[in-house]
Formats: sequence, C-alpha cells, structure tokens
Amino acid sequence: MEFFGEVNIDWLGKKWYFLGFSLIFSVAGLISLLFWHHLPLGVDFKGGTLIYLKFEQAPNYARLQSAADRAGLHDVNIVRFGHPEDHEVIFSLPQRETKETSLDAPREAIVRTLQQNYMHNGAANDGKLDLDNATKGSLTDFLTKTDPLHLANPAVEEIQYPQIADTILNYRDKVKDGLIGSFSELNGKVEPGVVSALQQGAYLSGFTVRNTEIVGPQVGAQLRQKAIFATLYSLAGMLVYLWFRFELIYGVAAVVAVFHDTLITVGAFSLTNREMTLTVVAAILTLIGYSMNDTIVVFDRVRENLKLMRRVALSDLVNKSINQTLSRTVLTSGLTFLTVLSLFLFGGEVLKGFSFALVIGILIGTYSSIAVAAPMLVAYQDWRSKRGKVATLPAGKKAKA
Amino acid sequence: MRKNLTGKTILIIAILLVFIGGITGIPNGFSPAALKQSITDRIHLGLDLSGGTHLILQVMVAEAVGSTTDSDLQRIITDLQTAGATGATATKPQPKTEPQIITITGVPLDKDDAVRSALEDQFSAQYAIQSGANNSYTLTMKPSVVRDIETRALDQSRETIYERINRLGVSEPVVEIYGPGTNEILVELPGIEDPGRVRDVIQSTARLEIHEVLGGPYPDQPGALQANGGTLPPNSELLKSDTGSDTGGQYYLLNRIPIVSGTEFRDAQPSVDVNGRPDVSFTLTTAGGDNFYKYTSANIGKSMAIVLDNTVREVATINGAIRDQGVIEGGGISKEEAQNLSLMLRTGALPASIHFLEERTIGPSLGADSIRHGVEAAVGGLLAVLIFMLIYYHSAGINADLALILNLVILLGFMGYVGATLTLPGIAGVILTIGMGVDSNVLIFERIREETRAGKSPAAAVDQGFAHAFQTIIDTHVTTIVSAAILFLFGTGPVKGFAVTLTFGLLANLFTAVFVSRVIFEAHLNRRQRGEPISIG
Repeated sequence: MEFFGEVNIDWLGKKWYFLGFSLIFSVAGLISLLFWHHLPLGVDFKGGTLIYLKFEQAPNYARLQSAADRAGLHDVNIVRFGHPEDHEVIFSLPQRETKETSLDAPREAIVRTLQQNYMHNGAANDGKLDLDNATKGSLTDFLTKTDPLHLANPAVEEIQYPQIADTILNYRDKVKDGLIGSFSELNGKVEPGVVSALQQGAYLSGFTVRNTEIVGPQVGAQLRQKAIFATLYSLAGMLVYLWFRFELIYGVAAVVAVFHDTLITVGAFSLTNREMTLTVVAAILTLIGYSMNDTIVVFDRVRENLKLMRRVALSDLVNKSINQTLSRTVLTSGLTFLTVLSLFLFGGEVLKGFSFALVIGILIGTYSSIAVAAPMLVAYQDWRSKRGKVATLPAGKKAKA
Repeated sequence: MRKNLTGKTILIIAILLVFIGGITGIPNGFSPAALKQSITDRIHLGLDLSGGTHLILQVMVAEAVGSTTDSDLQRIITDLQTAGATGATATKPQPKTEPQIITITGVPLDKDDAVRSALEDQFSAQYAIQSGANNSYTLTMKPSVVRDIETRALDQSRETIYERINRLGVSEPVVEIYGPGTNEILVELPGIEDPGRVRDVIQSTARLEIHEVLGGPYPDQPGALQANGGTLPPNSELLKSDTGSDTGGQYYLLNRIPIVSGTEFRDAQPSVDVNGRPDVSFTLTTAGGDNFYKYTSANIGKSMAIVLDNTVREVATINGAIRDQGVIEGGGISKEEAQNLSLMLRTGALPASIHFLEERTIGPSLGADSIRHGVEAAVGGLLAVLIFMLIYYHSAGINADLALILNLVILLGFMGYVGATLTLPGIAGVILTIGMGVDSNVLIFERIREETRAGKSPAAAVDQGFAHAFQTIIDTHVTTIVSAAILFLFGTGPVKGFAVTLTFGLLANLFTAVFVSRVIFEAHLNRRQRGEPISIG
C-alpha cells in the first residue's frame, strides 16, 4: 500500500502561498500576544496559589464565592475544571495573597471555610473527622481513639488500625476518585464495627482537595528565566550541530524554520487563551527537536542529490529532494501525530496544555521544513549568485554519501 | 547469500530477557498478581503519580554569618576588658543588614597599640581590620570567609532537615540542595498529604538560647524605651515574651549575645512537670555546661531568659550555679508539641531560618487518575501505530512492530535498572518515543521501496536502505537528544522525567530500528529464494 508513488510537485513554486500562510498565522499570533489575550502564564511563572477541589455534587459557584469571602480571601477566581461530570473546580489566588512567610494560609482558610460553611450540616459536624479529607495519620488516630474492634492492646492497635486505614483510603482514592458517597459503601471492605464507628464519629464533607500549587514570587521569576535560557541554548545547540554536519546556511535555515514554528505555537496558545506552564515549555522544546528532525531529513536528501545530480538547477533539485522524502515525512508526522492525538484525547487534564502544544507543533514543524527551510536555502543560493559568487550550494564538509 | 544469524539472534533474545528482568525484577511467582506486584515494586513513581508534597525552601544564610560575628564580638568585649581598655565599646552598627561588620570605638590612647596587636593576632585571618578616626576600628569579615559560613550553613540545614524528616517516618524522602547559588533546598515527600505538620517541623529553627536579662518586664516598646532613657544600650535587644504563658505579651530587655547558644544543647526530651503537664528537659554539652556554670556562679540573684525562636519563653532567677541540666516549662503545650519541640532541639538547631518559596501537594486520588490516563493514552497510541504499520507495510510491518515493542521493553527495563523516576510527562515521553521511534523504521522502509523501484534486488535494496537511512537516523536522534539534554538541565522534576524517558527511548531505538530490524529482515531473506521480492507493501 502506498500513499505517494512517484510524486512531482513543484514545492518551491508555491513558496509565495506558503509565505502568505505563515505570515497570516504568525501575525495573528503576534497581535494576540501583544494586544489581545497576551500570554496567559501558569502559576509556575507568575506565582500564586491554585487549589484544585473535587465535589460530590455539582458545585454552586455563588456559594463558593461567598465562602471564600468569609474566609477573608477576596481576590479569588473560581473556575470549572475538566469535564462537567467530574465536578471539579479551581480556586486561584494571585501572587499578592501568597506571602512567603505563610504560603499555606489561603489553602487552610479555604478548606476550613468549606467544611464549616459550604457543606450540609457543616457547623454541626465541627470537631468530627472528615473522612473525605482525612489523611492516613488522622484516620489511624481516630480508629485508635474509638477502638471499634475493642482491641484494648496498644501494640496490636498499632498494627491493625493503620492497615484498616490503608484499605479505606485506597478505596477512597483509587476506586472512588477521592470522594466516598456514604459510609455504607465500606460494608464488606472493613469490619462492621469500623463502619458504625465511622458513622457515629465521622462525617463526609463532600469535597476533597485534589492538588495544590503554591508558588512564591521568587520562584516564578527564576523559572521564567530558566525557560527562556533553555530555549535559547537549545536553538544554539542545534545551530552548532547543523553547522558541523552540513554548512552554516543549512543551520541558519533550520533555525529560522524552528523559530517560525515556536512563534506560531506560542501564538496559538495566546489565541486560544491557554496557559503557558513549565510542561508546555518542555513540549515546545521537544517540538523544536522534532521540527529539526524533519528539516534534517530533507537536507540530507538535498546534500545527497547535490553530489549525484551536478547539472540540475538548484530549485529543481530541492523540489526533487522534497518529493523523494515526502512519503516518509507525511508518514512519520502522521504516526507521531496519531500518538500525540491519543495523548490529547485520553491523557487527562493535567497534560492538556502539553499535548496541545505538541499537536500544533508537529503539524507546523512538518510544514516548515517544506515551506520555510527549503525555500530559504534556495533564496540564499540565488542571492549569492546574484552577487556574482560561485553558484553551487556547498554540499557539506564531510564527503560522505 | 545466507548470513549466519545465530549469534545475533541469541544476542537479541538475551537482551530481551535482561530488560524484561529490569521491569519485573525477580518475581515471586508468575501469576498476574505477582507480576503486577513486582512491577509496581520496581518502577519508582514520581510525586505527580504517587501523590505527596513538594517544597522549595530558602535558607537565610546571612543569619549564620550574624551568629558567628556575634560570638567574635563577645570575645572582643572580653578582650577589651582584660586589656583594661575602659571606655572602649564594641558593637555591630547594623546587625541585621550588615552582619559581617564590627566596630570598636573609644579606645584610650595608651591602650591603642595593645588593642591593635590583640586584634591583629586573633582576627586578621578572618577580618579586614581598618582603623578610623578617634581611635576606632572597623572589622569587616572577608568575603571568602563569609561565603564559607554560608555554604556550611546551607549544608548543615540540609542535613538537619533531612534528620527531622526521617524521624517523622516518611518513606523515601528527597532532601537536596537545589539550583546553583540560590541557597535553596528541595524537599519531596511521597505519600504525605499533610504538609502543615511537615512545615512546622522543618520551619521552626528551634533556636533555643539563654540570655542575660538587663531590664523588664515592660508593658510595651515605648515604655521600655522610656525606662531606659529614650534609647537602648549597645548590644541589647527587646524581645516579647510568649503570649501563652502567665506573664505573656510583655517585653524584656536582653543582652543580645547569648550565654548559651543553640549548638550547645546536647539532648532534649519531653517530660512532665509536678502537675503532670508536658514540658521539655534539656542537657547541655560539656563545654556549654562549663560556660553556663561559670556564668551562673558569678551571677546569682540576677535573671536570665530562655528564648526560643526570638520569643522569651520564660524568665528565671539564678538561685545557684547550674551546670548542664535544665527544664523548659511547657506553658500549656500539648504532648505532641512537646515531642515536636524536643525533636527539633535534639536533631540540632538550624543555623539559620527558613523561608518557603514553593509548595505543591498532589492528592493520591489525582495521582492514581494521572496514571490511569497516561496508561490509556500510551496504549491507545501504541495500538494505532502497530495497526497502521501492518496495514501499510504488510509483512515488513510485523518487523517494525516487533522492533517497536522491543524498544519499549528496553526503555522500561532500563528505567527499572537505573531506578529512574516515572512521572506523568515521563509517560508522555514514552508515547513520543513510540511515534519518533517508528520514524526510523519508516525511513528505512521507504528507502528500501525506493531502491526496489530503482530495480535493485531485494537483498541489495535492504542493504542500501539501511546504509542510506542510517546517517539520517543518527542526525535526527542526536538533535532530539540534545533538546532532551537541555530540558534535563533546566527542568524541574516532572520535566526531567520526560527528558529521561525520551532520551533512553531514542537510544534504545537506535539499537532496535537498526540492528534488530536488520536481523529480522535477513532472517526473512534467508528463507526466501534469491531474488524473490519481500513483502513491504
């Protein structure tokens, strides 16, 4: 089975269409970055507090907002997270309310307020153990104090109750995704005495903290710097490697193509109002590598053909090289795209930004090898011949086939 | 021409077994449950998959410099007294902002030479000594010495924090110095979802010191200033007493230089007082005990204050000489607080205080969720690629699929052996390896097709295909690995996990796509007649 047999498309002839296409997207991205959405920064880079909460039932945003107000946090942003059936919510507080001397304060305040004010029978349950938010330590303490199995022997209690706590918590976290509906669900998993002790002495607040990220202002600035340096070093490294394996112009053309890809991808984040986090930067660095790959495959073929076909005009030769590698290019991009698409669809919320960057990056990376790097090579060549210099594109330092 | 493949085949099978061993370790049995158990034992999960707490702390190393200059200052004062230089005062003009500078003023003319030579004898190694107007001297600690103290403070903080966390019973804690030159420490505690208790244990410097009381109690700061003629004497400080105790909320004027400092405490244990309420009993080191004995015997009737973290815990009158045993009154603390306090005192005082810069807590339910999503995405991607290769390349597709599966086995096995940590982006790295790894095979197969179209025999086509594609494969893999290396250097934990899996995956791919695929092709060619075309779609 073959998608592309003998192909003969004039790629370089279409270069003005490509340029137009690239310009539209680059400029749109730039305008959005500068004037519209700018670049939304994740908590990694701008600092602040993010608290991810999951609720048993659909959360009432107005009541959540007033609960936050009562906790003394007035600048809270409450948004829905993930699929609606998951009932997940993010509380985000800006960096101002996140002081380094008491990083934990906002989170503690929110959890306490929700326990008291938001959930049913909040006030009545004050002092009891909240099984939805219990840690292994607090659950074991509860069991040891109430001693539902009447062990009355501290040495035995020290062994038995932590194990029972483990069973309950594993059920809560791994099977039930963090929230238990009612105590009766534990019947059959632990002894009946334990279940009735819980029914009397504990309650279920109906919400749980899934994740918190608290980043002080110092760290945010450090990470921003690191991200920029990493990108610059990456580009420099590629340039050097390509200079070494080919010639400088190949390196420059490849770097320009990669720069174009990065700009469009970051622009896409701005246009779709998605946040830039550390993992997204990792994805961007990966797609830099990927786009280089693609460009190298074409350049390798160009180099080979330069030795074999000495009398062919450069633009024809480059066209031929692209056509020869087209099959491989489309296939590889297609396959990698399939895997990344799988990640985007099934990989969960945490990796959404990451997989989005890769999805866009792979498409644009493939496009740029044909539409940006190759034409640049030919353009440089034409420029050199116009200035009267030798009209053959250097084929590279190493005389290998 | 038949090629002898036995050696190569044995090598491949051996590698396969070795790396499967890396994934499962030596299992206790071969049932699915036992295998699953040994896999989960081997693979080390990152914090974002196992749940837990991640903290970044900064050590305020300037405070350690301050402590050292404080004790040097004490020596100078004593020396000035023994030299009989009455009227001379030594102090730190800016103790908080410039802890490394000590000034001496008012040295009487006749003692000037003696004082100068004494200073140079004892301090010229660590301080730059400058003389100024009116017989004054300024000692500035040398920058290399300052750096030395700061580095030691950072290292000691790291060790002390590690000790404290260890005694909390956390499994596999990570406490390491983070980032060059920023005096930061990274703490990762898998499975701990209650960072509050951990922070309490880490953050309190538990700096216990005993100071001489110069004046007080005063109801507030202005009152204290008034009682002392509008200003505070040199080398003194005004500290508040603990609001929890009976005489709480009042201010005491203390000598800033302690009689007994934190490092001179040898042991501390929780105990109970005569009323059965929790308190903490402590023991000093021999040297500390000697100093304390000297001080208390010479100052009977005076008051001293026990200061914990810059708060006055209690004030006691010296009734007799005390050597090395004492008690800190609980003042109503709970049993757990008494245990925490003794733990902090026992594991050594932190040389400087700690600020928290970053905290992330991942709940265990989110961790389990992430694992599930990651595995689903990986399986989905893998299946899509495997099936596609079969459809597009027919029998050669089986070749690619086998190479790909071996690639993944080597990747995971290698991670098992090295003890690398698997994070959620790491799983994404495995998924990317699938996509980019199969690229190598695509390159080779497309080339083989091309050579066949150009009329070469199957054996020659395979030969040429591998030869030409090899260069390109090396180039593409190297550039991606360079990206990954930079990510590893600059990235944080989860991103490092991604860089690691991607790099190992691509390295393994060099082996499987080139060597293993080649062997499979040649085995295939061996079975066919010469010139018979191979099934490559």
